[in-house]
Amino acid sequence: MSNKYEVKITGAKDMPPMAASLGKMLYNLTGSWRNIRPVVIPEKCTACSLCWKFCPDFCINIDGDFPVIDYDYCKGCGVCAQECPSEAIVMEEETK
Amino acid sequence: MKKVITGNHAVSYAAKIARAEVVAAYPITPQTQVVEKISSFCADGEMEAIFIKVESEHSACAATIGASAAGARAFTATSSQGLALMHEMLHWAANARVPIVIANINRAMGPPWTIWTDQNDSLSQRDTGWMQIYCEGNQDVLDSVIQAFKISEQVSIPSMVVLDAFFLSHTSEPVDLPEQKLVDKFLPRYEAKWKLDIGNPHTFGGLTGPDRYYELRYNLQKDFIRSVKVIDKVQAEFKEMFGREYGRVEPFMADDAEVLLVVSGTIASTAKQAVLDARKAGFKLGSLKIRFFRPFPQDLVQKHLAGKKSVAVIDRNYSFGSEGIFYSEVKGAMFDQPHIPIYSYIAGLGGRDVAVKDILGIAELAKAGKCDNPTWWGVKL
Amino acid sequence: MKTTIPKEELVSSGHLACQGCGATLAMRYTLKALGPNTIYTIPACCWSVIDGPFPYTSLAVPLYHTAFETAASMASGIKAGLTIRGKGDINVVAWAGDGGTADIGIQALSGMVERGDNVLYVCYDNEAYMNTGIQRSSSTPVGAWTTTTPPPHFKKELKKDLVAIMVAHRIPYTATGCIAYPEDWIKKVEKAISIVGPKFLQILATCPPGWKISSEISIEVARLAISTRKWPLYEVTDGKYKFTRMIKKFQPVSDYLKVQGRFRHLTEEEIDVIQLQAEENWAELCAKAGIENEFAAQLAEYTEKVKAHHPQWFKVEE
Repeated sequence: MSNKYEVKITGAKDMPPMAASLGKMLYNLTGSWRNIRPVVIPEKCTACSLCWKFCPDFCINIDGDFPVIDYDYCKGCGVCAQECPSEAIVMEEETK
Repeated sequence: MKKVITGNHAVSYAAKIARAEVVAAYPITPQTQVVEKISSFCADGEMEAIFIKVESEHSACAATIGASAAGARAFTATSSQGLALMHEMLHWAANARVPIVIANINRAMGPPWTIWTDQNDSLSQRDTGWMQIYCEGNQDVLDSVIQAFKISEQVSIPSMVVLDAFFLSHTSEPVDLPEQKLVDKFLPRYEAKWKLDIGNPHTFGGLTGPDRYYELRYNLQKDFIRSVKVIDKVQAEFKEMFGREYGRVEPFMADDAEVLLVVSGTIASTAKQAVLDARKAGFKLGSLKIRFFRPFPQDLVQKHLAGKKSVAVIDRNYSFGSEGIFYSEVKGAMFDQPHIPIYSYIAGLGGRDVAVKDILGIAELAKAGKCDNPTWWGVKL
Repeated sequence: MKTTIPKEELVSSGHLACQGCGATLAMRYTLKALGPNTIYTIPACCWSVIDGPFPYTSLAVPLYHTAFETAASMASGIKAGLTIRGKGDINVVAWAGDGGTADIGIQALSGMVERGDNVLYVCYDNEAYMNTGIQRSSSTPVGAWTTTTPPPHFKKELKKDLVAIMVAHRIPYTATGCIAYPEDWIKKVEKAISIVGPKFLQILATCPPGWKISSEISIEVARLAISTRKWPLYEVTDGKYKFTRMIKKFQPVSDYLKVQGRFRHLTEEEIDVIQLQAEENWAELCAKAGIENEFAAQLAEYTEKVKAHHPQWFKVEE
């Protein structure tokens, strides 16, 4: 895949002597892993931030009044929906 | 300043003069005096270093790598079983491209338990990607440790300075300790290009697929090839600054030799006496000491062996199921060259003495073209 | 939105952890407590892979991958190298799984702690060699299925007590943690790095594939480990024990065991034995902490129960 995080290495001359990282894993859009996706119901959200706290992929944005899922990285694990105390997140089938 | 010191203490003084900053070591006969002396240098404040009293050699190598990865000049010493225990981390150090230096006292591998010298411990590690320097005397030991840091830090390849158990480790010889000021000029403070730095964070050693691993190894070998020029340059600089000359190999009366001995370690030292004695008796004997085993000095072996009537490689080691190790590598280097007879003599495993008369005996066999390839010199059947 | 833990992330999305991975949450919370003045070394374990392949990484702090046995010894070396160059204030963390800590890495850990090196060692415990495909470690709990302990040869040995081993080394600070209680964990990490010397923290980290649970109950299961007292949360400071989360209400361990596929094969009698072991462990911790055991009745009850049916694989004192 190609995105702004891609590190281009064509051969030996581009490489550091040892395997040293040159870029971030943000390059890897793990959203492609999921079969189900979390959908936020803003009216039910009480802004407790538990979904953000327990997300193993740190792809929930809580800068606003309710969580916004970053679907580029969300693996659809379902933890956020399970942990939400007010059922403000539901898991739905991933539609392609 | 001249001091009469053992090979082990020559190592300790070298680590001090080279300003090793972290030493992580575990005791093993016959290396113990190396670390005891370094400990007392640190305790006396003579050496500004942290001495980590690790709980095994595997940890010793790991901690030495860690210190180097953090940007410090790091050193350790070991022998035999200890070196073998480090094996995994020797690969790690070379592949991680950290310029650490290890002094290895060549001690034969057990079982059965032994403390005497042969080269199987260090030669077993020849594929790990380390430079290897085989020393002839205690001055050689001290100077090689200092040179090793300089070479390693320039090519990012770790070095192993090797010396024979007891014949060097515990034998006192006069050694000139170079002036600290001069050594500081020769070997400035280590500044790592790639290191663990919170200001410039990197991850080192992440999972690498077949699409990239190959080129990383290609780069290691490329740097080994580059290291040959670096070694020669460093040795020339050393000669200029300290007046002592070293080569990747050292010929002794080799040019017109009818029989050329190929030797290493203390056998090289004894061989010089054998050469002198033989010459007195009218036998044109010569020797070629291999000092750098890695990178293997193919070019110089080809140069010095060219046109020789008879070459006798004396191996104080064996690669079981195959051949004497120096013999294999010398033979390999000569493969594309016009054919000359190369004979394999095994001697001195487990510390059995290889005296002048033994070397002369081997030379006589080689002169007569008598060799079972190999001949196990002096084996009692 | 207000949060109970620091907001800044020092690990990025895009990492290779499985859905619902507890080890990743453990890393995330630990980094929040440590901050950027930190250098990590990680031996062979799930995190060797989770971080991502060369030339990419997920961590915002420097990381040195190292060989399986060497987390603690590599960390000792890194700390010494930094210290001699005047950077001894940087947090050096050895981050290892239970296999690399309790088994192959225990020598190096013991050496590091005995020497008193100023290193924080964190064991994230998913209770088996998960990275290589769920093989048993000495930290696998009694009763668990793993690929090398398939029933009827499920693990019969008790989980190795790493904290007790650390206390025996007279470590200045050691503590247990759980991914379901990040606030408790972050407090412990902060306390640890305020101490100069060796520190050992062990965090229970759910592994959905290894524990055979659906990923969405990853936190719920970790919570049950605490509420059933299967995994007590406590700290030991200079030999003094203190619970950091006291459980008042009895909840049987079966609530924890029955939601996990790795315990599915256990009979009621075998679960009773596990309950007894949990009670004995709790009683021992209460004694060490110098507090009354509020579950003494359950300890007595299960001692009698187990004596009565004597499963062959468990020794009962007559």
